[in-house]
Amino acid sequence: MKFGVVQFPGSNCDFDTFHVLRNVMKQDAVMLWHKDHDLKGVDCVVLPGGFSYGDYLRSGAIARFSPLMQEVKAFARGGGRVLGICNGFQILLELGLLPGAMLRNKNLKFLCRHVHIRVENEKTDFTRAAKKGQVLRIPIAHFDGNYYAPAGVLKDIERHRQVVFRYCDAGGTITEEANVNGSLAAIAGIRNREGNVLGLMPHPERASEALLGSEDGRTIFASLILSLEGRKPARRAAVRKKTGHD
Amino acid sequence: MKVRILVSFKDSVLDPQGQTVKNALHTMGYAAVKDVRQGKVFELDLEGATKKEAETLVPEIARRVLANPIIEKFDWEILKGRQGSSP
Repeated sequence: MKFGVVQFPGSNCDFDTFHVLRNVMKQDAVMLWHKDHDLKGVDCVVLPGGFSYGDYLRSGAIARFSPLMQEVKAFARGGGRVLGICNGFQILLELGLLPGAMLRNKNLKFLCRHVHIRVENEKTDFTRAAKKGQVLRIPIAHFDGNYYAPAGVLKDIERHRQVVFRYCDAGGTITEEANVNGSLAAIAGIRNREGNVLGLMPHPERASEALLGSEDGRTIFASLILSLEGRKPARRAAVRKKTGHD
Repeated sequence: MKVRILVSFKDSVLDPQGQTVKNALHTMGYAAVKDVRQGKVFELDLEGATKKEAETLVPEIARRVLANPIIEKFDWEILKGRQGSSP
């Protein structure tokens, strides 16, 4: 499968994500430049973490107007898979591809630490390799990760099972203490109603190699690969054949 | 024409920064301060725009870019003849 990692001025997890996709998950991966209109025929777009455009105005607010994001929006509307990590999640919210908004962390601090998140819905394109209720240990690193949505919107999100991850303790229990940034309903990650777009605050690319303390992030990339392969079996065969000649 | 736009959190949204400022003021003895809401101020210099045009343009810019309507509201005013800041 071919993944595209978007680079904005201020992206800083772009190469980590690219490395994990290419070297750990063994997928084809390319970089996508924010000023271009070209998605280079990728099967999945990943919006990496960082501080796009300095996060001026609001986190992710300026990135949404970049030329490439207009293509990403059309790609997502057409059913293309889009994964937004941290700042990427914030951009997806600002862009309106996901519901809600981010507020500053409840303690007003930049939080950089490992957290536990519980898989709330294992029947998504981004979690199908996970077990029901599985607890993943993945780091966060953000200032604005306090998820908010108006009451009516939250009700809608819950009804359509759009909450994919919630902050929890090591045993999988949702506690106020485990909800480090104060997110509404302890939400750490949501998908759109159609199911092809996911945003999450934790960084799976920082938890994909044992050397870095956790491999739990691989579950998300592995799920994504499974769903992409399931959708386009013909293409998978072509990729395999090509690899065979290398 | 210069306009000033004030963006702040909706009343229904918790403003942790405003709360922190309020707590500091209470610590300093300003017991009369009941609440603090923190916001952002933008000043736009509009070239050749009439008042009527500004009335369309400014709310549009505020809604589309300066404020996130999910969490924020805005107010705006035309600045009359004040070029510099107060001393």
